[in-house]
Amino acid sequence: MDVFANLWLGFTVALTLQNLFYAFVGCILGTLIGVLPGIGPVATIAMLLPITFNLNPLSALIMLAGIYYGAQYGGSTTAILVNIPGESSSVVTCLDGYQMARQGRAGPALATAAIGSFFAGCVATLIIAVAAPPLAEVALKFGPSEYFSLMVFGLIAATVLAHGSLIKAIAMVVWGLLFGIIGTDVNSGVLRFTFDVPELSDGIGFVIVAMGMFGATEIILNLEQGEKREVFAAKVKNLWLTMEDFKAAWPAVLRGTALGSCLGILPGGGALLSSFGAYTVEKKLAKHPERFGKGAIEGVAGPEAANNAGAQTPFIPMLTLGIPGNAVMALMIGALMIQGIAPGPQVMNEKPELFWGLIASMWIGNLMLVVLNLPLIGMWVKLLTVPYRYLFPSILVFMAIGVYSLSNNPFDVLIMAIFGVLGYICSKLECEPAPMILGFILGPLMEENLRRAMLLSRGDPTVFFTKPISAAFMIASLILLVVVALPAIRKKREEAFAEETK
Amino acid sequence: MKIKSPKDFWSGLMFVASGLFFAIWAITHYQMGTAVRMGPAYFPTMLGALMVVLGLIILAGSLAVEGPKVPPFIFRPLVFISIGLVLYGYLMKPLGLVGATAALVYVGALGGHEFRWKEVTILYVVLIIFSWLVFVKGLSLPFPLWPAAYS
Repeated sequence: MDVFANLWLGFTVALTLQNLFYAFVGCILGTLIGVLPGIGPVATIAMLLPITFNLNPLSALIMLAGIYYGAQYGGSTTAILVNIPGESSSVVTCLDGYQMARQGRAGPALATAAIGSFFAGCVATLIIAVAAPPLAEVALKFGPSEYFSLMVFGLIAATVLAHGSLIKAIAMVVWGLLFGIIGTDVNSGVLRFTFDVPELSDGIGFVIVAMGMFGATEIILNLEQGEKREVFAAKVKNLWLTMEDFKAAWPAVLRGTALGSCLGILPGGGALLSSFGAYTVEKKLAKHPERFGKGAIEGVAGPEAANNAGAQTPFIPMLTLGIPGNAVMALMIGALMIQGIAPGPQVMNEKPELFWGLIASMWIGNLMLVVLNLPLIGMWVKLLTVPYRYLFPSILVFMAIGVYSLSNNPFDVLIMAIFGVLGYICSKLECEPAPMILGFILGPLMEENLRRAMLLSRGDPTVFFTKPISAAFMIASLILLVVVALPAIRKKREEAFAEETK
Repeated sequence: MKIKSPKDFWSGLMFVASGLFFAIWAITHYQMGTAVRMGPAYFPTMLGALMVVLGLIILAGSLAVEGPKVPPFIFRPLVFISIGLVLYGYLMKPLGLVGATAALVYVGALGGHEFRWKEVTILYVVLIIFSWLVFVKGLSLPFPLWPAAYS
């Protein structure tokens, strides 16, 4: 089997001492930020991006990927033990996980979360290994019109899955596209929207925008809310699951994995949505739904499996199409570009060791996390007692250093602060920053492909609907929009999101 | 006319204004080109127009449907965090890591709930040592440690 030969190659490169070390560093860092509320994987990866410049591409990706899925593990630990979701995707784990801990079943809850995540991680990795090559094959045949339509579809899907008002999300995407245009126009060499500021001629760096809108905004909002973290850590006694627990948990893990894997592939989906989806599914399917919220083990197993699967399958569109489904994937693309690798379907053929090495490292990383996490739980919980007034200035310093070091230019730090303020205003007006970031990344790509497609079709815009693949994406986008706009489904969507905010 | 949903009203206004800005600036400064050979103004003008339309729909909705109020802006963290960051950037060259970090940590900490001189100073010293070890020594980033006048 080809897949196995490829995976073998992957393991041989991923198991070198250096790469194991970076996987380890990534997992530890990821767990750390997963445990600490107020700093997420996006800001952390953005901070570390300049550092990866000194690494080889594979080690860089392995470390960044480790941070990303490590955060999912860390987040669930604190959700169960202290009822604080360290990561937004572990919010639902609080519901039943903390209840289990209060009933003295913290051990089984943690074990379920870890094993469920591990299982889901393995399956998702396998899905990537199997699904990515044929997809890349297809993607190699894509022309500019297909790419454009695919991006339209991706952006629409991202807005549909975003919280809150659909139309605001679309407006944010368009805004992001416009911000992405700032800089030198590749076709004509004209400087657009640079207002005679020389620093803007290369455009605004994605890292700077992400740090501003996710890092700085988050700190400001956290400070507004005030410090109300109290830690009553539950004692962890017995980690083993009883036969009964196991029987209840495994179907939930399977369902969660399936749901998370599917949702993760869609742009804008990923871990957060998957875990909420899985919780709802488990509750609907349960014989005694009233147990949920009172320590039902399925309520931990399903969402935990789903968020880990949903964290990993976004790698599929990123690695095969070069299209980021969420902000973390966009940063991964940034990391590749720093290394001089243009992401897209050709990466798999030209750099098989990079592609398969990354996949193999996900497996290794997931295993490390299970082994690391269970014994180190005590240490992670202790970290939570560090007050936020020590944490936030430290995070600020790392953010500032990270952005400043991009090009040793104070202007970058200024832009970050401006986007921080913008992010603050948007959050007050309930406009989600995530769709904007997606638009920002895709802006230049979209324009380029639109121009090329129109040039090839001699100005005929129907080309997007006459080529079969492109038409399929366009029709799918339209259907998505219509479906979401339908009153009945709109109500359902609002209900689904209302459950989140509780 | 009464604003029924302030959050939507202001965000609609924000979208209309910035869409208008991008579209008008593009039209007046760059070449439009044709659909076959798009000039630099083509794509931004289209997007700007789309944004104005979306903004107007949101605005119209805000006058028709009841919605939540905009939560109050709390300026203390917003102002101090932003100023701290900007100071860091602009003080790095003249004052080095020592000066820039001082500005960010002390000004930033003012944005928090309580400001304790002793704690912030300890934090500051720790962060300086850490940044120096990791970023200057470890990653050999070209940051000056001390103010330019001394080195």
